[in-house]
Amino acid sequence: MADTSRQQLRRAHGAAGAIVLSGVHKWYGEFHVLRDINLTVKDGEKIVICGPSGSGKSTLIRCINRLEEHQQGQIVVDGIELTSDLRNIDKIRAEVGMVFQSFNLFPHLTVLDNLCLAPVWVKKKSRAEAEKTARMYLERVKIPEQALKYPGQLSGGQQQRVAIARALCMNPNIMLFDEPTSALDPEMIKEVLDVMIELANSGMTMMCVTHEMAFARSVADRVIFMDRGEIVEMAPPGEFFSNPKSDRTKHFLSQILNH
Amino acid sequence: MTATTNRPAPGPITPPAKPNLLYRPEFRQAVYQVLLVVCLLFAFWTIANNVADNLARQNIASGFGFWNRTSGFDISQSLIPYSNQSTYGQAFWAGLLNTLLVAVIGIVFATVLGFLVGIGRLSSNWLIARICGAYVELLRNVPLLLQLFFWYFAVLKNLPGPRQSIALPFGASLNVRGLYLPAPVPEPGFGAVLTALGIGIVLSIAVAIWARRRQRATGERFPVLWTTLALVLLLPGAVYIALGQPLSFQYPVLRGFNFQGGIAVLPELMALLVGLSTYTASFIAEIVRAGIAGVPRGQREAANALGLSSGLTMRLVILPQALRIIIPPLTSQYLNLTKNSSLAVAIGYPDFVSVFTGTVLNQTGQAVEVILLTMLVFLTISLITSAFMNWFNKHIALVER
Ligand SMILES: Nc1ncnc2c1ncn2[C@@H]1O[C@H](COP(=O)(O)OP(=O)(O)OP(=O)(O)O)[C@@H](O)[C@H]1O
Ligand SMILES: [Mg+2]
Repeated sequence: MADTSRQQLRRAHGAAGAIVLSGVHKWYGEFHVLRDINLTVKDGEKIVICGPSGSGKSTLIRCINRLEEHQQGQIVVDGIELTSDLRNIDKIRAEVGMVFQSFNLFPHLTVLDNLCLAPVWVKKKSRAEAEKTARMYLERVKIPEQALKYPGQLSGGQQQRVAIARALCMNPNIMLFDEPTSALDPEMIKEVLDVMIELANSGMTMMCVTHEMAFARSVADRVIFMDRGEIVEMAPPGEFFSNPKSDRTKHFLSQILNH
Repeated sequence: MTATTNRPAPGPITPPAKPNLLYRPEFRQAVYQVLLVVCLLFAFWTIANNVADNLARQNIASGFGFWNRTSGFDISQSLIPYSNQSTYGQAFWAGLLNTLLVAVIGIVFATVLGFLVGIGRLSSNWLIARICGAYVELLRNVPLLLQLFFWYFAVLKNLPGPRQSIALPFGASLNVRGLYLPAPVPEPGFGAVLTALGIGIVLSIAVAIWARRRQRATGERFPVLWTTLALVLLLPGAVYIALGQPLSFQYPVLRGFNFQGGIAVLPELMALLVGLSTYTASFIAEIVRAGIAGVPRGQREAANALGLSSGLTMRLVILPQALRIIIPPLTSQYLNLTKNSSLAVAIGYPDFVSVFTGTVLNQTGQAVEVILLTMLVFLTISLITSAFMNWFNKHIALVER
């Protein structure tokens, strides 16, 4: 199904990779959070990252749009290298959408205004055009009727779908997700995952920190296991779940799969 | 409630027994309230009785008969015509206007300075953040009265005398007697300049509205700040020059031992304004900092992730949310500043308290009336300020469900 179109896309874009991390290290003071991270994400590829709490998963994906600064190594996103050059950071942030565990919608703005803010002020689109795009994405995440409400009036699942739509309104090539369903009640997790699966099927390049292993199995091209700031294991989901190489991965999988 | 059968408890269900009257919360609350009202009434009655007795014993007529009597004293600064031939009533208004002058200018200065220092304290620039931090710690930990003494006696009263005045730009000068500014004197034709200024202001508002509409329609931004500056400054400026500069200035000149002409700002007023606004600004800075820090970190991260610059993030995301936290304590700082202005007595600025509650009370002896009026005045100012801030909070700052 969508697999073939994905592969075509990947072939079309060559092997350069949408995101290339080489030899990335990061420290918080004395604490070594990321150790020698090497990773190439191809265009249209879906990566799922899992690992125990504090292993550096959030830090890793927050480095990709410079919410955190790495101290050593190289991060190249869509051919642009992340340095302290503000222009590059702005360019990359416009290419990369991000969805947070705690939604982080702007509570003082309506859903529609949340979606239009960045397109109007950053991309300098007209309000009418931004609104049209916004309504299209609200339709896509299946909450067109909530456009004029404030975030506080929505359920958690609806808020997270608005957050996804808000990121999509900037027309990103890459989407980063940091535990998008961890703050949600079980019945709302599915509605958010459905939106993410649809997005994955549309060919978006995605990096997703999550412990939803069913999602990883059905959507991911590769699953990464991180522990103590290192990438311990990286494999396609079939292999990752049925035949993990490292003991740490086995231990982790036995813990989360037995729940 | 009906007795149902699907419960194992046998026999009819009796409603829970009502507790003794003494143990019922409604009854107790009613009793406490009645007791409180009785106590308050008794206190008021005692005080009123006492005052009436004392007044009767000292043969003091009560009432506001003094209002239209000649005051016989001078006030060093008045915004309305006032001399020692004026009435106590006019002294009331002169003092009140002096207090309002200090309150309004002080609030504007304190707000601007406070927001700058508060935002500066959060700056990523180490030096700016430290300077702002030191400012706050120094200013808010020294008693205000001491600061007023400092500005008045240590700074302004140590300035050179009129003959050695410090010359400032535009013909202004500063000396121990105060700040002397040139006074503008309009000449025929100046009305046209004012008209041009009015047209400039109206036009720039129109441009701002048009630019806003256009940004919503096409996304293009328009340099509103520059066109506004051009319209408000250049347009009247051009008319002013075209009409041969129909405005002259009366410059303060040294005659004998002092300056004559121009506008004189008393050192007492300067000291009070500087002291009150720098002191209050230190509290406002803390309020602003707490307000900004009270906005969750995720808000800034989400805005950054969307590509908003740090300036736009502050303006569109952080400040609107911070204002909700800032405005209530900001209101009480405004009220504090207004009330603190009565420390003017200590450095001899003729504010409302020093003129009315001080001199007028002393001369007339009408303590009850004067004190009641003073309380009424401060209550009115406070209520108007709070009402305005509440309105602002509801309609401008707090647009969230
Ligand atoms: N700003 C910071 N300063 C210092 N240490 C930090 C900071 N942010 C994170 N850390 C530490 O870095 C480590 C990795 O954090 P990170 O948030 O990336 O973990 P994570 O894998 O996302 O964990 P979780 O599953 O709990 O979200 C943790 O030990 C955390 O305590
Ligand atoms: Mg995390």
